[in-house]
Amino acid sequence: MGTTAVERPAATATTPLRRRRVGGLVALVVILVITAAVSLAVGARALSPAEVWHGLFAAADSDQRLTEIRLIVQTVRVPRTVLAIVAGIALGVGGALIQGYTRNPVADTGLLGVNSGASFTVVSVIALFGLSNPFQYVWFAFLGAGAAGVVVFGLASIGRGAGNPLTLALAGQGVTVFLAAMTTAVALSDRKSLNALRFWNAGSLAGVGFDVIWPVTAFIAVGLVLALATLPAVNLLNLGEDVARGLGVNIAWSRTVGIAAITLLAGAATAACGPIAFLGLMVAHVARYLTGPDYRWLVPYAGLLGAVVLLVCDIVGRLVVRPGELDAGVLVALLGAPFFAALVWRGKFKNA
Amino acid sequence: MIGTDVKPSVAPGVRLGGVSFVWRPWLAFVTCLLAAAAFLVFCLSIGVGDFPIGLPRVIATILGRGEHVDEFVVMDLRMPRALAGLVVGIALGVSGAITQSIARNPLASPDTLGITWGAGAVAVFGVTVSGGAAAAAVDSVGLSAAALAGGLCTGLLVYFLAWRRGIDGFRLILIGISVSAVMEAITTWLLATADIRDVAQAQAWLVGSLDNRSWDEVRVALWGTLVLLAVVTCVAFQFKPMHLGDDIAAGLGVRYSAVRAVLLLCAVLLAGLAVSAAGPVAFVALVAPQVAMRLARCPTPPMTASGLVGALLLTGSDLVARTALPVSVPVGVVTAAIGGPFLVHLLVRANRR
Repeated sequence: MGTTAVERPAATATTPLRRRRVGGLVALVVILVITAAVSLAVGARALSPAEVWHGLFAAADSDQRLTEIRLIVQTVRVPRTVLAIVAGIALGVGGALIQGYTRNPVADTGLLGVNSGASFTVVSVIALFGLSNPFQYVWFAFLGAGAAGVVVFGLASIGRGAGNPLTLALAGQGVTVFLAAMTTAVALSDRKSLNALRFWNAGSLAGVGFDVIWPVTAFIAVGLVLALATLPAVNLLNLGEDVARGLGVNIAWSRTVGIAAITLLAGAATAACGPIAFLGLMVAHVARYLTGPDYRWLVPYAGLLGAVVLLVCDIVGRLVVRPGELDAGVLVALLGAPFFAALVWRGKFKNA
Repeated sequence: MIGTDVKPSVAPGVRLGGVSFVWRPWLAFVTCLLAAAAFLVFCLSIGVGDFPIGLPRVIATILGRGEHVDEFVVMDLRMPRALAGLVVGIALGVSGAITQSIARNPLASPDTLGITWGAGAVAVFGVTVSGGAAAAAVDSVGLSAAALAGGLCTGLLVYFLAWRRGIDGFRLILIGISVSAVMEAITTWLLATADIRDVAQAQAWLVGSLDNRSWDEVRVALWGTLVLLAVVTCVAFQFKPMHLGDDIAAGLGVRYSAVRAVLLLCAVLLAGLAVSAAGPVAFVALVAPQVAMRLARCPTPPMTASGLVGALLLTGSDLVARTALPVSVPVGVVTAAIGGPFLVHLLVRANRR
């Protein structure tokens, strides 16, 4: 796509815009770093910045208190923060991308039944094969997430109903209700899977070790590369299929790559931390407000915003119901659903 | 339009005193047939069990001419469950017919309007949380009544949030979905923090089941449904012109805002009653009006037939769940298994048009 960039006389007018966009991106990264630092310090046991620094970088030493701090930071806070950033980026990028491909403002990985698909497969394999380690059933969650997403996406994009927000939302809702009932049926017959399900379902970032985080990160990295590669094509697709075809986009190919990227991103994030709905939807709309409709900028913004929002929700969740925790997924839904309602109310989702 | 022939209406109008209606023989026939089928399945469902009773004996017992031992089994043990299936099915069917007509969308149902999730969240709260003023309040009124209140409040919340210079079906559904998501999040959190024994009970409630119904629970649902159906019947004659659009309806003398509010309230209450009696049984409210519409060959969901299809569907599913499957599952699983593919079918059809 690089060769199509024609030097225009108006280039001087776009330079401030570009500068502003880069500035926004830098600002987001700074916010993310600050939030991550806060996330390392806040929790059931609050740590000072010096203690966090020590916990991160100091060598082992005999002081009992410092050893304890190192243990907290390195085995609890760091994995959790890393997972929030990785999953947040994945869900943010996935949400922006799915809205771009469906040209549908209500598209969201949670609303599309990805979450319930993952729940269903997790419960089924626990009941069938007696898996107990999250590292084992994570892969099945991934499978279920992908399958459900493709089904809903396919249902909503065939025929003339394609691009209608209502059709997509209802297809997602229908598949979710169906899978939820099936999940409950399996879970009721098997207490062990019921127990695993209810924690996984809340969308928690806690208690996931690096043994799960690294493979998931690898999947997400592949998804991100695919996503970034298709962004120019997404821009053209949003001009309409005919125009895009006329401008030389291979529509079937770029759709396939896009769906693969979305499934990788959403599936991996869901597999690692459970169903988190509305995050992608929310940040995609905020990102569009900040950058305008150019997906080459919108998607990175959405990714960073996703990481920030998920981290903030996780931090807030640790603080509000002490000594317990409110899981990040629950908090994101409590925040995201009113946001969604406000968008509906302001008429942002006019029938396409 | 001068000079063109006006095509006479196929269905003749009938006037009886102050009441006039359109006589549709096919609709009447289908409705009678559905009523008969629902009654048959109802009797079958009473007859099947550890102590099987033949169909003639069941009917005789219901009519009050049965043997003493049959009377105990039929009236005390099995009647509440069968009646609950019938009442809940009718309530869900009518509720679905109203919401689909108001939203002018074949996919709208109490499930998408947040009513079932609201009731579910309150019920799960009642099961899992003990201690505190709110839990004491739930305990004092009972789980069913609390769930009813939860469903009603959620329904009203959706209605008011979706109100913006009138109600638009599109906005109603999307707001309903978002409110459902909030309720779902609350439910999930309650389940994650609760004791595992309570969780199993709450999950069983959440999938929708007719097991272990007592006369007390059924009586509330029965009388409530009857009263609401009477209200719906009184208002429904104003409802027909609303399918032509708000402006035409207003021109024909329908106070559409008031009618819509009353009907929607009835739909929410019916769904709330149904959920409080049997839990959120999935898809009945969605499927029943659509099936009734196709059977009766009507352009809009017919109320009576929708209720009867709902009753037939729920009682039939319960029968299947109890007898045909190797393990006994809650009825909600069976209706979900029927409803899911049906929804897919509806979506594919809607997209083809």
